[in-house]
Amino acid sequence: MTAMNYAPATQAVAARATQLSKVYGQGETQVVALDNVSVDFGQGRFTAIMGPSGSGKSTLMHCVAGLDTFSGGSVRIGDTELGSLKDKQLTQLRRDKIGFIFQAFNLLPTLTALENITLPMDIAGRKPDQQWLDSVIRMVGLSDRLGHRPTQLSGGQQQRVAVARALASRPEIIFGDEPTGNLDSRSGAEVLGFLRNSVREMGQTVVMVTHDPVAASYADRVIFLADGRIVDEMLSPSADGVLDRMKAFDAKGRTS
Amino acid sequence: MFRTALRNVLAHKARLLMTVLAVVLGVAFVSGTLVFTDTVGKALSGQSAKSFDGIAVSVTSHGPSRNDEGTKEGEPGISTQTLDKVKALQGVDTVSGRVSGFAGVADPSGKLIGSGWANRGSNFAPVKDGKDPRYAFTEGNGPAKADQIALDKETARRGQYAVGDKVRVASNGLPSEYTLSGVFTTEDGQVNAGGSLVLFDTATAQKLYLAPGFYEELSVSAKPGTTADRLLAEVKPLVGKDATAKTGAELAAEQAKDIERQMDTTNQMLLTFALISLFVGVFLIYNTFTMLVAQRTKELALLRAIGANRGQVKRSVLAEALVVGVVSSAVGLLAGVGLAVGMRSLMDSIGAKIPAGPLVVSPGTIGIAIVIGVLVTLLAAWLPARRTARIAPVAAMGSAHLPATAKSLVLRNSIGGALTLFGLAGILGGALAGKDGKMIIGGGAFLTMIGIIVLLPALSRPVIAALRPALRKAFGVAGKLAAQNAVRNPRRTAVTAASLAIGLTLVTALSVLGVTMGKAVDRMTTDKLKADYKISLSGGFGGLDQSVIGALAKAPGVKAVSPQQAGSLRFGGGKEFSSVSGVEPSTIGSLLNIEVVSGSLDSLGKGQLAVADKTAASQGLKVGSVLKAAFDDDKKGDLVVGAVYKEMDGMLSPYVLDYKLLSQHEEKPYLPEVFVKMDGGPSAKAQQALVDALGKNPAMNIATQQDMRNELGGAINTALNIMYGLLGMALIISVLGVVNTLAMSVYERTQETGMLRAIGLDRGRVKNMIRLEAIVISLFGAVIGVVLGTFIAWAVGQTIKDGVPHYALVVPFDRIAIFMLLAGVVGALAAMWPARSAARLNMLTAIKTE
Repeated sequence: MTAMNYAPATQAVAARATQLSKVYGQGETQVVALDNVSVDFGQGRFTAIMGPSGSGKSTLMHCVAGLDTFSGGSVRIGDTELGSLKDKQLTQLRRDKIGFIFQAFNLLPTLTALENITLPMDIAGRKPDQQWLDSVIRMVGLSDRLGHRPTQLSGGQQQRVAVARALASRPEIIFGDEPTGNLDSRSGAEVLGFLRNSVREMGQTVVMVTHDPVAASYADRVIFLADGRIVDEMLSPSADGVLDRMKAFDAKGRTS
Repeated sequence: MFRTALRNVLAHKARLLMTVLAVVLGVAFVSGTLVFTDTVGKALSGQSAKSFDGIAVSVTSHGPSRNDEGTKEGEPGISTQTLDKVKALQGVDTVSGRVSGFAGVADPSGKLIGSGWANRGSNFAPVKDGKDPRYAFTEGNGPAKADQIALDKETARRGQYAVGDKVRVASNGLPSEYTLSGVFTTEDGQVNAGGSLVLFDTATAQKLYLAPGFYEELSVSAKPGTTADRLLAEVKPLVGKDATAKTGAELAAEQAKDIERQMDTTNQMLLTFALISLFVGVFLIYNTFTMLVAQRTKELALLRAIGANRGQVKRSVLAEALVVGVVSSAVGLLAGVGLAVGMRSLMDSIGAKIPAGPLVVSPGTIGIAIVIGVLVTLLAAWLPARRTARIAPVAAMGSAHLPATAKSLVLRNSIGGALTLFGLAGILGGALAGKDGKMIIGGGAFLTMIGIIVLLPALSRPVIAALRPALRKAFGVAGKLAAQNAVRNPRRTAVTAASLAIGLTLVTALSVLGVTMGKAVDRMTTDKLKADYKISLSGGFGGLDQSVIGALAKAPGVKAVSPQQAGSLRFGGGKEFSSVSGVEPSTIGSLLNIEVVSGSLDSLGKGQLAVADKTAASQGLKVGSVLKAAFDDDKKGDLVVGAVYKEMDGMLSPYVLDYKLLSQHEEKPYLPEVFVKMDGGPSAKAQQALVDALGKNPAMNIATQQDMRNELGGAINTALNIMYGLLGMALIISVLGVVNTLAMSVYERTQETGMLRAIGLDRGRVKNMIRLEAIVISLFGAVIGVVLGTFIAWAVGQTIKDGVPHYALVVPFDRIAIFMLLAGVVGALAAMWPARSAARLNMLTAIKTE
């Protein structure tokens, strides 16, 4: 199958992968994690990447976010081509242009919630934009928790701190790796709501890897991966629609 | 379970390596000390036994004795007549008599050969066919005339002297020239240890060292068939009560015992430091096992879940410690033997020749090394092992690390606080008690040290918090995070810092005391001495001849000369001796800065006595008091106190007299030093004039004030350097401890570090963060050590200050700054490997690992 280019029709592009491939090992033990994937992530859009375990969804995100190296193709964030960057420049890029929300271990236990939120700017040696910071904190509802340490916060609150940290430095793009994977459904819904609001109200770009159809339904667009390839996409998804599509892949995977 | 333990040892090689190293170092230090002292002791006693070969009975004179009234009777030594009487005994084969004393040999340029303390002279005492059994001549013969001498081979070689050459030799007076009649080798320990030996003919040696016709010592050999004991019984009545007769075997045994005692002292000192190293090592081992257990909580919980009981889990950890202990003790023992060999060749290379002999590795040494190593390891692993019993089987499913509870620190802090308070009270109490408080201070210091170590976790937070703003300012985020990470696990930080704290407490205390003493000596020479030069015999042993005073007075440019003669008097008919300084009344005032409290020093010239103020007060003396005094020759007379002066400890005895008066009553006045003042102060020319006046005598030490300060200060510095070297071992072990702790921290914070890297902290700053954490922990230990050490030094100073003139505590800030710098370097070095591995972490696995 030739590589399809999944691109939003009109909008500007925040990140773009072209003919991206990632291969682990050599010879007989060779595993292809990404097989010539080309995809655009639109600016001001909330994109979800879905797929079964081992489909390469996390690898795709890691490569596009500058966390992992790739074997072939190219990746751009804004105007920057990642393939030519050294570790130092990649680090700087992540610091200045990308926000991250991980499944767990998002926060430093020695820092307060506020210090965690401003950590990327602290690392960059920049002063946070106080007005913006206040509105982000207000949005995630942490105003009265800023002096607490992570161990004094619930799992949902911790993840809200992580969302605030990702938003606070106004990155060009935010990547989430199963950001609700460790949360109960109510806290998960809250966090996803914040992410969607940040896209709708603040024009933020968000890319999120998930295996949960409900989480994916918060996105504007869902990309489906299987065996290292993009196999489908869905715009304005609903949880049921996503689930049906997933079931279809599963069935196809089993019969083929 | 033992097999599990063994597997674990192998599985955690890197971490255990630190523990192994700590035990190896400690055990190597202990066994090295034991092997070294055993080996040297055996070689020395072997040598001394050899020197008594063929001696059946030896007679030693102890000089004239005093009877019940305190007057002197008897002869200065063993007379020739006595020797002849011994010789006439039936079982006697040969008898040789000896006298000995200082003799310095000049090399052709006039300088002394050898170090000064082992430059000896003795008599050549031929017994049979013109040979002296003690000396084997390789060239020429023994001295037969008054102007002949023989030299040991090494000294002759160093002076490039051949038989027939003229050699300048000085005993305690002016030097004379002799003709070299022969060169010999000998078994004498001092000569073999780098000293020099000059042989005179017997009459000359007697004149130089004792009195014509007298010997200090007789060596008697027996004819075949006569036992030493029978001979001893016959010799004893002949020598009277002024000399002791013993068999050669007895003497050899005594000397062996002496050597053993001396080696014991060395042994104890070295072992003390070895034990300090081991003590420091305990913290490292404890830390390692704590971490191993923490790291393996899940594994151990799994064992519990599938049915192992608490005891089994605990024993598996102890078995692991046992394996580590046995292996590292064995390696340590081997390393110790190597260390002993190294020490011996080191001693050889610095000139202190140790007689050759086999390496002695006694079963005792092996036993002690293994037992100590294993015990220390087991002891240190005991608490962590006990903790495993508390691991619940369910922990196998949950998260691994449980944070330390604040509650247990409360108990710990109360214990530490109580210990510290008791210790401090002891130190203060001891300091107030003055001289008698030494033991109390010692105990108090030990308690305080333990207390502070127990308190370290509590202390770590405020101390490191104080550093935080500076770190933040200098290093930004990396500094801020490092400071916070350093206090994240206060117990671990404390244990890591403890080894440095202990080492630096000792180093600082010794440095402060050493520098304080050095400064006191400096002050004494600058404040109390007006003379430009002090003349004494090289090496500081033995007295000068009285002719030196006259010779110096005649030298060009000399303004004032006074001897400082050491004598003794008995006052009020008692038998107790009081030491007296004999000085030249007309000049002493311009040579020493004597503060006269009452009376006048001129009174010394009238044969009156000067008394130190403290002694005058305690004896109830004042100017005009009359004392009944008995001199050394038992002549009695009344002495009038003519002056009272401010005490000059270390410079003058509490009583001062005209030296000429003192000399009249002494057979051989003892003159340790002469003070000289020159016109226009010290200069190279002035010094040359003195050298010339003394007949270019190689044995004379002409010291300027600076030389005197250097001499004493040098000794203190050497002692300090030895201490630093020995305590360096403790520092090495602390480096290992810091490495260990950081490696563990890096391991535990894998995910965190991955996250930091993901959100934009670059490798350089990750490294910096780890390095700074190490430096912060090290500096924390160092600060505690420096403060505690200074405090202990102050307390010890309080107990000795009465005995040290011009005592004032000096804190050597320059040295302390160096210690702190070193501690920082220790931290930076220790962080090298953990920092690298943290920077190299793969972000993805770091974030993903659950």
